[in-house]
Amino acid sequence: MERARFQYLARRAEPPKPLLSNVVRAFVAGGLISAVGQVVLGFFVGRGMSPEKAVSPTAVVMVFLGSLFTALGLYDRLAKWAGMGAALPITGFANSMVAPAMEFRTEGLVAGVGARIFQVAGPVLLYGLGSSFVVGMLVWIGLLLRYR
Amino acid sequence: MGSETALILAFLVGGALCALAQVLADVSRLSPAHVMVLFVVLGVAAGAVGVYEPLVKLAGAGASIPLTGFGYALAHGVEKEVRAEGVLGALSGSLKATGAGIKAAVVFAAVAALVARPRA
Amino acid sequence: MSRRAGGQTLALRPAAVVRGWSSVAGPMEGAGPLGERFDEVTPDDRLGERSVERAERRYMRRAVDLLLEKTGVEAGDVDVFLAGDLLDQLVTSSFTARELGLPYVGMYGACATSALLLGTGAALVSAGLVRRVIVATASHHLAAERQYRFPVELGVQRAPTAQWTATGGAAFLLEADGDGPRLTHFTLGRVQDMGLKDPGNMGGAMAPAAAHTLTAHFADSGRAPGDYDLILTGDLARVGHPLARKVLEEDGIELGERFEDAGILLYREDQDVHAGGSGTACSALVTAATLLPDLGAGRLRRALMVATGSLHSPTTYQQGESIPVIAHAVALEAAGHGK
Repeated sequence: MERARFQYLARRAEPPKPLLSNVVRAFVAGGLISAVGQVVLGFFVGRGMSPEKAVSPTAVVMVFLGSLFTALGLYDRLAKWAGMGAALPITGFANSMVAPAMEFRTEGLVAGVGARIFQVAGPVLLYGLGSSFVVGMLVWIGLLLRYR
Repeated sequence: MGSETALILAFLVGGALCALAQVLADVSRLSPAHVMVLFVVLGVAAGAVGVYEPLVKLAGAGASIPLTGFGYALAHGVEKEVRAEGVLGALSGSLKATGAGIKAAVVFAAVAALVARPRA
Repeated sequence: MSRRAGGQTLALRPAAVVRGWSSVAGPMEGAGPLGERFDEVTPDDRLGERSVERAERRYMRRAVDLLLEKTGVEAGDVDVFLAGDLLDQLVTSSFTARELGLPYVGMYGACATSALLLGTGAALVSAGLVRRVIVATASHHLAAERQYRFPVELGVQRAPTAQWTATGGAAFLLEADGDGPRLTHFTLGRVQDMGLKDPGNMGGAMAPAAAHTLTAHFADSGRAPGDYDLILTGDLARVGHPLARKVLEEDGIELGERFEDAGILLYREDQDVHAGGSGTACSALVTAATLLPDLGAGRLRRALMVATGSLHSPTTYQQGESIPVIAHAVALEAAGHGK
């Protein structure tokens, strides 16, 4: 059989991803996790923090929740249902570090946990830190030009 | 703004960002890792040009909890630090803003590795 | 004497005898439609071991021990141990061979390993080089996930084309003569590549390999699909199996109802394994639990087992290479058949 013909048949044989239900689930789960975050944020603001200051402790609480559910073996099940609704919130960022740390514990605390902890989160940190460095340099150049 | 309104806005905006990521993941054939990277960079860019800040003001956790909010925090932290401290802020600003979350993840991951085992 | 019948098929004269077989399945496989037919089902898949790699070895070792028990053969009377698995450097096979202390060859054929082992072992026996060969394979869902994909607790959504690596082990005893189903033909696959790149759709990638080997087998052996009661592919699953059927149909080969797939048979559809089973244990478990017992009991007269394997690695996939695939086939028949 011709390669092109086979590739056509293979594409047709793939069951389509259930896009609509995937998107609805991502929306609901992502929305609910964000709403939980809002409650936590509200708690810190209620104790006198400015909304901007409260973002950091809120992140810590959400990271804790994501880690807890990962350690209990529940976060991967949530993500199977919710897809990006579980992966995109900061709880998913926590999951992306806790999951490999747990998984590679059997290879030791340094070569396993230590070396693999950023296996999934590493790219996010690289591109997040890298692009924000570029932003910082642009801001700095902008300031220099203005003060000249 | 009442707290119910804030909650609903957080739900809608956080949900919409996740739905957008899901569409991208399912339609584009990008891997989840690529979608995550794309969203953090989008957040940095949106933060840098000033369009993300109004969203954070409007939706609170709905904007700051998804990964774009992490990107925004990186960009915002860098900008603030460069204005205050000069060029070194381009290096020190982003981790100052997001360090608590990252370090919390490191600590909790290490603890989880010690006390929990992967199941399936 | 064995002779080369054609392009890629060894017709074994005399045929090798499959004197015994054993199957040890994981809990999920045990809960599937074939659950009753495995020799043993383990209550959990960790087996109390400190790593999943050690657990995978336990499945292979238990299958070998069980085979020796069932056949009453002493390990010392076995001439060669042939084994294969999915883990890097074939650690499951080699570490098991270290325990058994038998002359050992490790063979890698990805998920096509079961047929590769059975065919090679049968050829050695048929040629009169050795009297008695044990072949064994094992795979483990958790061990395969961490090596090929992601940490198991990572929140990722699997595509509907994804497959589930079977947990379990199976072993087979091949001898020159005696009672048991006969292994008569071994069709070696040629590596195929139709340019598919998605490791999340291995069934689709492997379909042309199954089609190619089946076509070669019929041409080499002079047999037709109608000569078999069962033609069983290894792990094409719900995406790849209809695709292989379609490819063969367009080439003028109709397989009909007798064409089945171990990856579809191993699990129920509601077990959330997406397209179906995979892994070296998938075809081996189904062969040891249903195909061989059915031949032994005369419920099947003749069967062709076509194990399919995807020969990529995580490195080649990340480097953007397409997925090379292979299929090996072994023809088996009931003891009295054809005499």
